Amino acid sequence: MRVIVGTDIASIPIAIIIALVIGGVLIALSGVNPFEAYGALLQGAFGTPQHLADTLIEATPLALIGVGIALCFRAGVFNVGAEGQFLLGGMAAAITGNLLSTAPAIATLLAMAIAAVLAGAAWAAIAALLKVYLGASETLTTIMLTYVATYLVSYLLNGPARDPATPIAQTQPLTTSGLLPGLWPGTTLHVGIVIALIVAVAAHYFLRRRVGGFQIVATGLNPVAARSAGLPVRRILISVFLTSGALAGLAGFIQVSGVQGKMIVNLSPGYGYTAIVVALLGRSTPLGAFLAALFFGALSAGGASMETSVGVPASVVTIVQYLTVLLVIAYTAARTLRRPSRVADEEE
Amino acid sequence: MAISPLEPARAAPGSTTGPILQMDKSTVRFGEVVANDRVSFDLAPGEIHALLGENGAGKTTLMRVLAGLIQPDEGQVFVRGEARSFESVADSVAAGIGMVHQHFMLVPTLTVAENVSLGLRSAGRLFPNTARVGRELRALADKHGLSLDPSARVSDLSIGQQQRVEIVKALYRGATILILDEPTAVLTPGETDSLLAMLRSLTEQGTSVVFISHKLREIRAVADRVTVLRHGQTVGTWALDSVADAELTSAMIGRDAAPTVSSRLAPTTSVAPVPRLAVERVGARDRRGHAVLDSVSLSVAPGEILGIAGVDGNGQTELAEILSGVRRPSAGEVRLDGANITAATVAERIGHGLAHVPEDRQRTGLILDLSIAENLAMETVGTAMFSRRGSLNRAAVRAHAEDIISRFDIRCSGPDQRVRDLSGGNQQKVLIARAVSRAPSALVVSQPTRGVDLGAVENIHRQILDLAAQGCAVILISTELDEILALSDRIAVLYSGTIISTYDRATVDLGTLGMNMTGQSV
Repeated sequence: MRVIVGTDIASIPIAIIIALVIGGVLIALSGVNPFEAYGALLQGAFGTPQHLADTLIEATPLALIGVGIALCFRAGVFNVGAEGQFLLGGMAAAITGNLLSTAPAIATLLAMAIAAVLAGAAWAAIAALLKVYLGASETLTTIMLTYVATYLVSYLLNGPARDPATPIAQTQPLTTSGLLPGLWPGTTLHVGIVIALIVAVAAHYFLRRRVGGFQIVATGLNPVAARSAGLPVRRILISVFLTSGALAGLAGFIQVSGVQGKMIVNLSPGYGYTAIVVALLGRSTPLGAFLAALFFGALSAGGASMETSVGVPASVVTIVQYLTVLLVIAYTAARTLRRPSRVADEEE
Repeated sequence: MAISPLEPARAAPGSTTGPILQMDKSTVRFGEVVANDRVSFDLAPGEIHALLGENGAGKTTLMRVLAGLIQPDEGQVFVRGEARSFESVADSVAAGIGMVHQHFMLVPTLTVAENVSLGLRSAGRLFPNTARVGRELRALADKHGLSLDPSARVSDLSIGQQQRVEIVKALYRGATILILDEPTAVLTPGETDSLLAMLRSLTEQGTSVVFISHKLREIRAVADRVTVLRHGQTVGTWALDSVADAELTSAMIGRDAAPTVSSRLAPTTSVAPVPRLAVERVGARDRRGHAVLDSVSLSVAPGEILGIAGVDGNGQTELAEILSGVRRPSAGEVRLDGANITAATVAERIGHGLAHVPEDRQRTGLILDLSIAENLAMETVGTAMFSRRGSLNRAAVRAHAEDIISRFDIRCSGPDQRVRDLSGGNQQKVLIARAVSRAPSALVVSQPTRGVDLGAVENIHRQILDLAAQGCAVILISTELDEILALSDRIAVLYSGTIISTYDRATVDLGTLGMNMTGQSV
């Protein structure tokens, strides 16, 4: 656990720089001037209002899911199945939105959000209950449940929930009452990033200032001692898991309502998995996860534009993203190993 | 002392008749703690030599030196008269020493032959020839008259059979000296008898055995000589046919170490009609379904300290867990002020005034990566003391810690210091203070001074005595007999999951107590 939680902040910018340098070498090997390529990347991420909007739009689902996963890490559990919770949230939001297509926008959006949150939480609840009452590894169950969710969504989109007007596996387009309001006229930016920021700040406050947050942290650091001190460890683990599922579901709603305008099979390019890395890079803190999501969002948005303008494959960006996290984890692990363990010395 | 231990005989180098293994003034220090202090003993060829001692007497350290896991700071080890130093486990194995640990080092999903082949170069590096190893194992087992199926999967074997695998594994690797660390702790009585018979037949074939135990009956049944360790030092070595049980027990528990009798007043002799805290016929089972506590009944009155004496692993952990609410008993009831609290959670019990000091401060007691202040507030963080409607009052948590730190003399840099960075004694003070500062009506305290320095011991004992003087009912579970004698009004001895005797502090006989702790009722 300490490898995940106990990173010191200074190591992160250094890791990012090293990863960018290695990425630059790869770019140079492919015959392109790395400075030119990174220039194109920066331009693609921040250069115009729409590019900045793209960065924030990409960051939104990563931030929401990442905050939830960070909470799980802090409690000592691993939600690796946010991908499935995200897809079911999107599915539930789209179905609800189409059912309420004539209601006022505020009611429709609220109902969609609630449906998405419940769907994500319910999916996470299966893994949480299996873990707490039967001892089943949540890492395995959440991954398995993601497959089930993926194929369930695929079935719904090809069957009962498919828009009869097209042969494509997708729902009917949402009416305007089911679409998230825009935030920045002239761009496609929607209010999702504000919601993500509110969630991150609320989670930060909860961990720092609330009894429940303190109990989550204590449980994550030593569940046996926490239980012995009377903390409701089972309840804490279940609620943290449900929260994480709910946030993934909420991200699904935002993606359906703010970006696609309908539920599609390929709603996620792997947000649920990338968000794990976002949580790690954010040192399992909510605000850290939010910042890491912005970084990843900028790399994704900029990488796409780098590919089109200078011809460097966007996968270089993916390499930089994951290298950063690997470097941070390796550095922290090395430091943890080098620290003398007093626990071991004191035992006879 | 009326007892006269034998002088260990020094072997001449190269001698064939001298001891096969000899430890000479081996000293091991962990920081300031001396775990082994000039420990000496010798093992004759074909002998079973028992090591007897309480928990923390240094038996495990001695064994780890012989296994090559730690190097002694001073002193020497002689094998067949030659001085040897074991830098690693491989050195120890090469010298013919085979270790049988209390917890088996076997991979359950592999067969016996595969387990023996693991890490064994002679079996072949990448693809061990397990068929050949299996044949050789069978031949070896037959030679020693042991039944063993090399193709059996370890997970299908009983605990006794798995132990036999460990022994044969050591023999197969060329061990002529077997060291067994509390080998009977995990066995049923039937399995124990067959192990003892197996050891005797091995020594007839020339193997020598070091048998670590604190069960006198088994030592008596199997060993030729016994060396007693106490507080990291060798008390002496005796031939078993010339020493009485009582002498060994008093050597083990140290009769000369007179306990400091508490200066406080004896509790009121008029026992309250309802005991403050009681268990009635409670039972507990381990994962294998074996009874670890069987029909234990105890009660403690307000102002009274009940000491639970006994050697580790006789049900103390389970009893403490049942009292604190971490474990549900398989039978029986727990009562607080007459009310049945068997089904109450840990938090509910804390709310009703029960405090609990777990036995292992670093694993079950404290959260090492949190601060002193956070650890002190842990149990009551949801109450009005530290929070309002779920909102944590960090200033109150800190102020509370400042107060506790000065009242309980916790040496630290401040309330925000991480508990991990405190010394063992100060960690323990944090844990004790958390329970005691609540002014509980009942306290269950396990191993309150294990591994802490003398100054902290005194401080902690004072806290427990003061609390009882204020009317708290205390159950003190400790493997340190001195501690039990210094603090308790009454003493119950827990052995093998049952209370085999209960004494009044004023009338207790130390010798009898020691015999009870090793399972003999007088």
